[in-house]
Amino acid sequence: MQSLTSRAKQVDRSPMTVVERLYLWNIFKGMWITLKHFFRKKPTIHYPEEKRPFSPVFRGLHILNRDEEGRERCTACGLCAVACPAEAITMEAAERVSGEENKYREEKYAARYEINMLRCIFCGLCEEACPKDAIYLSETFAPANYQRKGFIYGKDDLLIPHPKENPEEYQKAVGSRAKAPANA
Amino acid sequence: MHSSLLVVDWFFLLEKLIMIIAIVSVSLVIAMYETYFERKIAAYLQDRRGPNRAGPFGLLQPLADGLKLFMKEEIIPNTPNKFLFILGPCLAMLTAMMTSAVIPWGGTIDVFGRPVSLQIADINIGILFIFGVVSMGVYGIMIGGWASNNKFSLLAALRGASQVISYELPMGLSLIALLFITGSLKMSAIVGGQLDQLYNITYQPLGFLIFFICALAECNRTPFDLPEAENELNFGYHQEYSSMKLGFYLFAEYINMFISSVVMATLFFGGYDIPFVNDAALGQSIGANWLAVLEAISLIGKVAIFIFTFMWIRWTIPRFRYDQLMNLGWKGLIPLSLINMLITAAVVLWLKK
Ligand code: SF4
Ligand code: SF4
Repeated sequence: MQSLTSRAKQVDRSPMTVVERLYLWNIFKGMWITLKHFFRKKPTIHYPEEKRPFSPVFRGLHILNRDEEGRERCTACGLCAVACPAEAITMEAAERVSGEENKYREEKYAARYEINMLRCIFCGLCEEACPKDAIYLSETFAPANYQRKGFIYGKDDLLIPHPKENPEEYQKAVGSRAKAPANA
Repeated sequence: MHSSLLVVDWFFLLEKLIMIIAIVSVSLVIAMYETYFERKIAAYLQDRRGPNRAGPFGLLQPLADGLKLFMKEEIIPNTPNKFLFILGPCLAMLTAMMTSAVIPWGGTIDVFGRPVSLQIADINIGILFIFGVVSMGVYGIMIGGWASNNKFSLLAALRGASQVISYELPMGLSLIALLFITGSLKMSAIVGGQLDQLYNITYQPLGFLIFFICALAECNRTPFDLPEAENELNFGYHQEYSSMKLGFYLFAEYINMFISSVVMATLFFGGYDIPFVNDAALGQSIGANWLAVLEAISLIGKVAIFIFTFMWIRWTIPRFRYDQLMNLGWKGLIPLSLINMLITAAVVLWLKK
């Protein structure tokens, strides 16, 4: 019969030879194989102590960005929420009053900004949608939690540390792929 | 010392009591760590790392496992045989421990001028005793399966019992050939004949092979672990058992493995003889007590190799189908051991002539 692919294999139905029927020899062969595995280097990564490096395009937890002076960039335009395919983002806008210019960069800001990490699929569309470079995805993922509500990240979880008041934390949060400071 | 019989008796009792306690606790600890090594070896054979979180290298894992078993809910199914249900695991444990009584763990040591042999009971039917106790192990399986009031358990118990019984035959037959050579049923005499001599394995390689295969079957180890078959026959005869009663069954199995390794080492690999060293000469230079310690270590070393092989086989070979198992036992091993016995008998007679 003509075979459809080149991978077809004839099943060998010839009766077992004496060596095969003794079974012992094949057992020794199998044991030799497992013994070789015994001394092989184990591919396991000891997770909490050792971590795999993420690829530079890894999309992890979100971070709400600040500008160089430490003002929040987000203007609560809602474009990220619209772009989000998983509808994970909610926000409430508020108007900046005088005296808050050092806190918020735009006249309108997000008083409440929440991302539900259980809904989020980490697609990064919010990052792409944002006209203000206010949100981007970092290199960490959401840690485990005992309650579902712990996965709804508010502004205090999302906001990047203040670059002036807390420069070390800020550098850590920015990580290895900080965007060049945007001047938009 | 011979002035009063009573005094001697007390010494004797105390000595044996200490021996029993020591050997029982050693077997228990070894069985405990067998579970650890089973998991470790399984992991290493499968390119994993195994338990390594509880304590350094996961060495406290058996304790954690034991604690877990203790904390589990004790469920006794609605069975009319509550007593038998509890008796089953006890019997399994008991028979597993009892075999260690006749095994010589080392030479004679000297305690305050009294020679103490490192053997609980040097009875002259040592091997027969082992066989008697081992065949009692079937009752643990049968009673447990019967009292569970569960058809699956009962079927598994039948399966297990018939397996154990049919593999006892070639085991006994292969030993008969060995006994032709040693000429004694006494364990100490069998070991004594091998001290600083060639081990019995050189005279009885086929006998050893048969014995080893049967030992695997007796301990319900893969490829003969049909009685339990945890992954497809849902755990066999101890399906209804929970908590520490299950623990007893599993534990008894590990003790069995230890004991059968000891028996194999004793019968075929010179027991406590230290390989490549003249024991008697060594005893002259370092004293009897140190010699006994070294001998016990050498015995444990041999046992460790056997246990490793048991585990190695378990994680290499898939289990037999039931008909294959019976075919191998009745049509393969029994004729083979009979042939082995006849040849040995002929050779022994011919050499004696
Ligand atoms: S990463 Fe995707 S799913 Fe998650 S919040 Fe942003 S747009 Fe929504
Ligand atoms: S994060 Fe960006 S897109 Fe979303 S509301 Fe703020 S400014 Fe608009």
